[in-house]
Amino acid sequence: MDIFLQQLANGLTIGSMFALVALGYTMVYGVMKLINFAHGDMVAASAFVGLTVYTQVMGQATSLAAVVVIFLLTAAIMACVGIVLERVAYRPLREAPRLSAVVSALGASLVIQNGIMLIWGPRMKIFPELVPQVYWDLGGVVISLIQVLILGLSLVLMVGLYLFVEKTRMGAAVRASSIDQDAARLMGINVNSIIALIFIIGSSLGAIGGLFIGLYYRGITFNMGWQYGLYAFIAAILGGIGNIPGAMLGGMLLGLFNAFIAGYVSSTWADAFTFILLIVILIVRPTGLLGERVAEKV
Amino acid sequence: MSEREVFFEIKDLEVSYGSIDAIKGISLEVRKGEIVTILGANGAGKTTTMRTISQLLKAKAGSIMFKGVDLTKVPAHKIVSMGVSQSPEGRRVFGILTVEENLLLGAYTQKKVNRETLKWVYELFPRLEERRKQLAGTLSGGEQQMLAIGRALMSDPEVLLLDEPSLGLAPILVKAIFKQIREIANKGVTVLLVEQNAKAALQLADRGYVLDVGKIVLTGTSAELLASEKVQEAYLGKKH
Repeated sequence: MDIFLQQLANGLTIGSMFALVALGYTMVYGVMKLINFAHGDMVAASAFVGLTVYTQVMGQATSLAAVVVIFLLTAAIMACVGIVLERVAYRPLREAPRLSAVVSALGASLVIQNGIMLIWGPRMKIFPELVPQVYWDLGGVVISLIQVLILGLSLVLMVGLYLFVEKTRMGAAVRASSIDQDAARLMGINVNSIIALIFIIGSSLGAIGGLFIGLYYRGITFNMGWQYGLYAFIAAILGGIGNIPGAMLGGMLLGLFNAFIAGYVSSTWADAFTFILLIVILIVRPTGLLGERVAEKV
Repeated sequence: MSEREVFFEIKDLEVSYGSIDAIKGISLEVRKGEIVTILGANGAGKTTTMRTISQLLKAKAGSIMFKGVDLTKVPAHKIVSMGVSQSPEGRRVFGILTVEENLLLGAYTQKKVNRETLKWVYELFPRLEERRKQLAGTLSGGEQQMLAIGRALMSDPEVLLLDEPSLGLAPILVKAIFKQIREIANKGVTVLLVEQNAKAALQLADRGYVLDVGKIVLTGTSAELLASEKVQEAYLGKKH
């Protein structure tokens, strides 16, 4: 039972990181029908940007205010990088065949990955201890402050995003653009601005995810975006790509699945089982758990 | 009628898809408060014309003048706030959104949704009010058409573009919807109606243009066109 609860806590923590990153994939796919393969590397870059903001801008301060500033500044920087990425790598290919855009995405992924290596070097860096190492022992189950923070902040961000998309005028424009871009233009929606907005939101959520990865795992490498990106991508597929609540659900389930495999089977097998899960899902429910949202005529 | 001002005018419009010319220099004018129809067979360029007015397609040459502004120089998302809105071919309602969400998106450019307009749309099409919480994709074809027209009205347009509102609908529904289009025009909204259903369109419209492979081949009042042998033969299925 202790293993179960412990892995539940661990699973929810990594699940919320997956979910934050998965949202970036799913939102871009929703509007552009494009898998932004560079997103994982953007997440990796955020951890390094966060590191630099901590050392260069904040003078290694770890007060609560300093941590908040590090998070906000990193998210803002990555949002700008996201806008540039869309302008440079995707907008010129808007009318081109999908395959061209996918190749461009893979190219952008390599550029960002190598960019990180050029700026910060090929060796693993240690992410600063921004959050004090506080642990609570709840009858055999150990939970850290970092875990609580990751889970809590992720939930707040996800609920916020959900409300934004479902309840606001601009959120309605995002949904309209993801359903039918031409029809959205006929409503007077500036689809280019909506796409820029999607990249701002996706990149800043990914940036928070990247900082969480740094905080939780501590060691950050220039090529880690591939691994975390792949997990988040699977989470997005699992929930139903293009579906925002789906990405949240998919991320959480994938995190839990991973943690339980690690706890009950073996952590070396976690990846293999994850991919088996992906294959099974794709066979049984090709559109993911929540699926593409299609209104069927009754 | 001729003393009324021309306030929407297409001049020598040319549109092409790559190397294929779809519209080969058409000109037409619409006066305030008129219902003008563009008739033509499949592939005549009717939808291309409508998409170009809304700037979903860019013109190769020519102008679309409305209130002194050339719409071909305006980006697509600004057309609605200029007072020109469209119910596109195939309705294109947002299927996974509710009826009311669709209507509110129609008022996207308005700072505040005009409740009077919403009320009017519900009066024109009571079915929409009954189904306002239902997903648009679950509506019948006729209801979706009503929704597409209602959605286009939500921005309080001066010119309403209707692209084949009769498409795929039973005759009785066509009749009902066309009756409401007359009602809309009576409120002072100018209507440009593209139709394949020439008979229904000419019974409704004041004037018409006949489009054939990208060119206007015939124009006149509805009565003239209805009486014209060419129209009867080509579009009304009467043999002489």
